[in-house]
Amino acid sequence: MLAAERLGKQVSSPEGTLAILADVTLEVRRGESVAVVGASGAGKSTLLALLAGLDEPTSGRVWLAGRELTALDEDGRAALRARHVGFVFQSFHLVPALTALENVMLPLELAGRTDARRTALEVLDRVGLAERVGHYPRQLSGGEQQRVAIARAFVAGPDVLFADEPTGNLDAGTGGRIMDLLFGLNAGAGTTLILVTHDRSIAARCGRLVRLDAGRMVNGHA
Amino acid sequence: MNGEPAVDGTNIPRATPLVVALRLALRNLVRDLKSGELAVMLLALLLAVASLTAVGFFTSRVNRAVAQQAGGVLAADLRLESARPIADGYVREAERRGLATARLASMPSVVYYGEESTLVALRAASEGYPLRGELRVADRPFGTPRPTRAIPARGEAWADSRLLARLGAALPARIRVGAHELVVTQVLDYRPDQGMGFSDLSTTLLINLADMEATELIQPGSRVRRAELFAGDPAQVAEFGAYLLANKKLGERLETLADASPQIRDSSERSSRFLSLASLVSVLLSAVAVAMAARRYSARHLDQTALMKCMGATQGFVLTQTVAQLVAVAIAVALVGTMLGFAAQAVLSYLLRDLVSGELPAPASDALWLGLVTAIVILVGFALPPLLQLKRVPPARVLRRNLEPPPLRYVFVYGLAIASVLALLLWLLRDAKLVLYVGAGIAVTFIVLALAGAALVRLLAPLRGGVGVAWRYGLANIARRGRDSVVQIIAFGLGLMVLLLLALVRDDLLEEWRASLPVDAPNYFMINIRPDEGEALRAFFADRGLPPTELVPMVRARLAAINGVPSDQVTLPTEDAREWLEREANLTWTATLREDNRLIAGEWWREGDGGGPRVSVEREFAKSLGLKIGDRLTYDAAGEPVEARIASLREVRWDSFQPNFFVVFSPGVLDAITGTLITSVHVQASQRPALVELVRRFPEVTIIDIDALLSQVREVMDKAALAVQYVFLFTLLAGLTVLVASVQATRDERRYESAILRTLGASRRIVFQGIAAEFMALGALAGLLAAAGATVAGYFLAREVFELTYTPGTLIWLTGVAGGAVLVGVAGVLAARSVVTHPPVATLRV
Repeated sequence: MLAAERLGKQVSSPEGTLAILADVTLEVRRGESVAVVGASGAGKSTLLALLAGLDEPTSGRVWLAGRELTALDEDGRAALRARHVGFVFQSFHLVPALTALENVMLPLELAGRTDARRTALEVLDRVGLAERVGHYPRQLSGGEQQRVAIARAFVAGPDVLFADEPTGNLDAGTGGRIMDLLFGLNAGAGTTLILVTHDRSIAARCGRLVRLDAGRMVNGHA
Repeated sequence: MNGEPAVDGTNIPRATPLVVALRLALRNLVRDLKSGELAVMLLALLLAVASLTAVGFFTSRVNRAVAQQAGGVLAADLRLESARPIADGYVREAERRGLATARLASMPSVVYYGEESTLVALRAASEGYPLRGELRVADRPFGTPRPTRAIPARGEAWADSRLLARLGAALPARIRVGAHELVVTQVLDYRPDQGMGFSDLSTTLLINLADMEATELIQPGSRVRRAELFAGDPAQVAEFGAYLLANKKLGERLETLADASPQIRDSSERSSRFLSLASLVSVLLSAVAVAMAARRYSARHLDQTALMKCMGATQGFVLTQTVAQLVAVAIAVALVGTMLGFAAQAVLSYLLRDLVSGELPAPASDALWLGLVTAIVILVGFALPPLLQLKRVPPARVLRRNLEPPPLRYVFVYGLAIASVLALLLWLLRDAKLVLYVGAGIAVTFIVLALAGAALVRLLAPLRGGVGVAWRYGLANIARRGRDSVVQIIAFGLGLMVLLLLALVRDDLLEEWRASLPVDAPNYFMINIRPDEGEALRAFFADRGLPPTELVPMVRARLAAINGVPSDQVTLPTEDAREWLEREANLTWTATLREDNRLIAGEWWREGDGGGPRVSVEREFAKSLGLKIGDRLTYDAAGEPVEARIASLREVRWDSFQPNFFVVFSPGVLDAITGTLITSVHVQASQRPALVELVRRFPEVTIIDIDALLSQVREVMDKAALAVQYVFLFTLLAGLTVLVASVQATRDERRYESAILRTLGASRRIVFQGIAAEFMALGALAGLLAAAGATVAGYFLAREVFELTYTPGTLIWLTGVAGGAVLVGVAGVLAARSVVTHPPVATLRV
């Protein structure tokens, strides 16, 4: 489903060239759940961005759903994301001017689907927010906002779900419930899950662990 | 997203990406409108559109009136004009060919109504006038007009409303013109050949041609303009026109429809262009506000756009959305702005109603497009560049918020802005060369203002210490937000500067000019005095204690040749100068150089120096015709050729109000030619009854009240200035919009600062005072810039144009600084009040 070969990312800084990521090679099979762990600044979010086609590597190649991501231009990668990828972010990234329902409808609308509303309502119901569909993000608690974000991530039926510290802005109790929801939906849909986290207990729920240290993979095994 | 079938295999129908983009664009636009995100941009655009369309509608109406009247502008198909009596032969020939004819005579004169008098353009018409178009009359001044095919009967006169108003007369009114008494029986509302000028100092009195002789105003040397009118079917007219061209004498001028209207159209077009340029200033300021608002909008939508790209939106999709939103805004603003402009134009028409004679028709339909063109041009030039950033936002921004789209190239941003301004100028002025001049002028003005603004802002930096907390905070902000502060100072200062110039400096200059006139400067001109009555007039003056007066001889003649070359063949520096050759000149002679004349080249003549016939020519006149010392001028005076050599060039102080001439002959050359005498005299208020008596004794003498003339001129200037001030009101509003845009752009920053200050213990009052201090200081600086600019402009106007010493008063500085401080202070505080009321905890919560 997802593969990376000798992936590297360098950036320019006042001190010279900085290697955020170097020589990362991994392969993820369909349906697997992978936790990417490491200290702060290890390059976890950068790796996520490269695997999802949000950014271009300085070196190496990435394949997603059988297509070479790194051979595509920005629009090509966007098209691939539209068909295969869902995201959950640490700071939720809901559009403040849209209601919960409209936020969840957004990926379907972008894909031009005419059943966007019906499908979004179904998914919001599955995450337990049927009563809050008309509320704006500012009217929802942190946990509720993340549930909307999860609904949005799953609504288009992605093959791969990328989650970047999904409980980072939530308290422990809420975070736990959110992860239950996430893993539950993931299992039900058979989605491949790539999860960046600090939390060992969350990492432990994944089938495999990828540890990064100073931009390099330490191991790629469970 | 790119039109491929659904991968989930359910065959769910999909809309095309274009439809999706448009739908989302519209929804986002409505949301943004409701949330007020677009308020400033819309307001700025509305101002620009309203300002330009107000002027556009008004000038379209004027130009349309000009075009509509073109058909009747001659009151005939052919018009032969001359300052001399026109031979009957033309009329006989015309009648032989089956054309209709009519005759006109017109001259400046004075109408008396009891003790009141006023200058008029006296027009005498024969039966049949007008041959084309029709007269309109009313039963009372400013009453409802109706068309008529008649002309005033013998003994009657028709006066226009303003004439009756000036005399304080009601119908029927017994008046005197020259030696003749007439009764005004109707109000003359409209003549087809009245022209569409923007100013018309004198009013019109229409009488029957048969009454002209009884006025005794026409005598050899009088300034009468005669016209023979002809009309018929096109073939007759064409043939007779050719006949007239071949047979008319020198000094007789033939006008056809093709000649007549462009001159009038030219003058109204020049005025239209000026007003359009005036409104352009507010358009430019609005564009700046649009640019600031668009920058903010773009910055606030980067996250959302990055998210959409995350979900699969392509760059093309984002661009389509952006463009669709801009187009929707342009259309909406164009519609509303044009309506506002139409309403605003009504005010302009009202302000200028006295300067534009006749009723204005509805504007042409192409004026409706002006709003849409303006909106599109401003959006493309000033909003599109920052909004294009959305297309380029990296999708990885969702994970790393510090990721920004690559910065736009300055060349692209400023290039597009400049191109859009030039495009708008071209649309308005329709003259590429003029566009370049104006564009360069605008650029220079803005650069100078920017430098001045920056210098003022820098001045503030040292003032921060030593004042209270609130003031220090406010002044520090001005220095910190350097570029924004400069923009605000310029934006507001510009509008205020022009208003100060038009309102205060204008008055100062006029007062200065008035004060420069000697106390006993002449306040009356007398013309049309018969030479044989000169002594009697002098005696009359002496008997009644009026100051002795210098009677200056005047002869009417036409310049027939320069250096032997007939005037219709001579090459002139500019074609505009040909007017000097075609019209009759006023000539005089004198032995001594007048006090208000200064010799700048050549030599004055002395009695008995044997130099032959010579002339002294005024400097500007010489320049227009390309004349120099030694050139020979040949004049045709009542059929007699008179030649003289240019012996000197003079500079004339025209505002001495003494009789002065462009061409002065040496004594003895014009003795044989019959002319009249003119003079100017200072009459005190107590001596005015003597003038009434003078008119009775010497009925052919025309007395012109200079004071009244000057106040008429001032009235016209006041009205024109008022109209321009009205247009610049838009500029002031646009300046305020820039201010609001700037406040909005810094709102998040201000809220954060306010939250920190209050968390650290500052009260809401202190924060409020800081904001008030900042804006009042900004306003004061803008006012300072405005006052300085107006003073400098006033100084140059005084020195270069009016040749006065300008002493600027303190009022202009006080008004500028105080006015700026109050206006900007109040506007800024209102715009930024949410900063104070917003709870700090809401801002500081992560």
